[in-house]
Amino acid sequence: MTRVLILIALCLPGLVMAAGGGNNEYIVHAPISKDDKVSLQRGAQLFINNCLGCHSAQYMRYERVATDLEIPTDIMEKNLMFTTDKIGETMMASIPKDLGKKWFGTVPPDLTLVARVRGADWVYSYLTNFYKDDSRPWGVNNHVFPDVGMPHVLSTMESELGEKAFKGAMADLTNYMVYMAEPIRATRERIGVYVLIFLAIFMIPVYFLNREYWKDVH
Amino acid sequence: MSLFQNVMGWVDARFPATKMIEDHMSKYYAPKNFNVWYIFGSLAMVVLVNQLLTGIWLTMMYNPSGEGAFASVEMNMMRDVEYGWLLRYLHAVGASAFFVVVYLHMFRGMMYGSYRAPRELVWIFGMTIYLALMAEAFMGYLLPWGQMSYWGAQVIISLFGAIPVVGDAITEWVRGDYLISGITLNRFFALHVVALPIVILALVMLHIIALHEVGSNNPDGVEIKKLKDENGVPLDGVPFHPYYTVHDIYGMVVFFFVFLTVVFFFPDGGGYLLEKPNFEPANPLKTPDHIAPVWYFTPFYAILRAVPDKLLGVVAMGAAIAVLFVLPWLDRSPVKSIRYKGWISKIMLAIFVVCFIILGICGVKQPDALVEFVPFDMTYRVMGQLCTVFYFAYFILMPFWTSKETCKPVPERVRMAH
Repeated sequence: MTRVLILIALCLPGLVMAAGGGNNEYIVHAPISKDDKVSLQRGAQLFINNCLGCHSAQYMRYERVATDLEIPTDIMEKNLMFTTDKIGETMMASIPKDLGKKWFGTVPPDLTLVARVRGADWVYSYLTNFYKDDSRPWGVNNHVFPDVGMPHVLSTMESELGEKAFKGAMADLTNYMVYMAEPIRATRERIGVYVLIFLAIFMIPVYFLNREYWKDVH
Repeated sequence: MSLFQNVMGWVDARFPATKMIEDHMSKYYAPKNFNVWYIFGSLAMVVLVNQLLTGIWLTMMYNPSGEGAFASVEMNMMRDVEYGWLLRYLHAVGASAFFVVVYLHMFRGMMYGSYRAPRELVWIFGMTIYLALMAEAFMGYLLPWGQMSYWGAQVIISLFGAIPVVGDAITEWVRGDYLISGITLNRFFALHVVALPIVILALVMLHIIALHEVGSNNPDGVEIKKLKDENGVPLDGVPFHPYYTVHDIYGMVVFFFVFLTVVFFFPDGGGYLLEKPNFEPANPLKTPDHIAPVWYFTPFYAILRAVPDKLLGVVAMGAAIAVLFVLPWLDRSPVKSIRYKGWISKIMLAIFVVCFIILGICGVKQPDALVEFVPFDMTYRVMGQLCTVFYFAYFILMPFWTSKETCKPVPERVRMAH
């Protein structure tokens, strides 16, 4: 029986791998480094300046962004808060929802958790995959999200920066959105290391205690 | 006399404290030859305690309403309350861990014949716990009020609609509305945090009382109570405390190492523990592209989908669980443990496990997609149907092969694994 079980166990990873899903061909790996504070700060700036006009991040507070990304409070308040002057407030869109519906045909979705719904790769690929399509109301379409209702907000930026720098900026923006979807990630991984170290050390006396009791049982 | 003895004497004259500790711990004799498979019962208790404790604290931050549920999870728990995220992840990953240990615990029982006489009631209480646990998990899954919570519940509750004549009325009665709404959420919340935990705790007590009455089985399937020393202590038994307490603590630390690695480093489990669409708030107007239940339900979901008719599918799914209840009477083998059963039993059990895992994969996949892990063209629908047929064949044919096959002789005493 043990041999059969081992055989099954060996087959498991193959079965689990097979359970993965397919993908859109335009989705590429997002080149982000989650612990790069400077990249995250640039991403926050890009997000607030370009996305927060129409999209909200209703579960995220400005104060949390400032604290986690080490942005000084006065800089945050002066340069990055347009809809409120209270730093404890959540990040709401500048335009009202009904106006968004009128302009774009749909209310621009909240973006707090989009990186957890779609994944970092999807977000990055979406941001870098707009193309000219005159049949669409805004003259643009997207390979990753066909017939998307959103105009290419960053088209000026894309032409000014050039492809390489633009992709770098989009990586920063994606990085920020990944952070925003789960701001606790860095903390949880840091605590997790200590928890596992504790358990590994605790396992030593527990192992010997068990061995001591059982050494006379035959 | 010491102060402790005085206090215990006072208590014992009024309440059987010492007697209970002796009956269930220090003078409860368990077979000395337990192997690693025997850890999962204790681990199920550990996970149950984890779910209860984290659940109580989560209730303090949760807002059980259609308008506030999602925000209370994503803001209160995940962002605003200190360590709320940890409680949430412990609870959510804990639900999956519960099913992992329970499935392994059940497999152990099937492997070593732990359901055989005189342990039929231990098995039936255990199966009832499993059933209650499925209800508990299903209702808990609605509470974060994400897209998958909503549409998963929509699909499963609509199954009541398959019942002839009264189906639609029952569906409406269960939901309390014409579609899943805040009303459904409120009743699921009540059942999830009050009713079902009480049921599960009561059933766990019955499971353990029944077990301690008859004593544990072991990998050899030998009854240790047959051979006792002059004091009435089984020759092959060791007192549960301290032998199995120190043993189980060791097992728990190993378990926590794995469990907390997932909690702290992979809380989403690649989208299998926390499904991606569930980070989007429930929207009755937008059906997700692909609705799949959480992994622990997928084998039964695959059986449901394997049958083309809705009503018969529901019947098949129910039967897949019901048949496990009568397992003690399907196994006619003269021996309990797989160690002494014939090769047919060994091969059948191995295929059963593979089928159950494949059914789990089928439940996640689109039925018309092609199976990736076979060298020929086959859809997941056909694969699911094949495995469903084997799933039932395993139980229906069990009385025949178990009574016919040649078994090895069972030893008088248990063997220690070294």
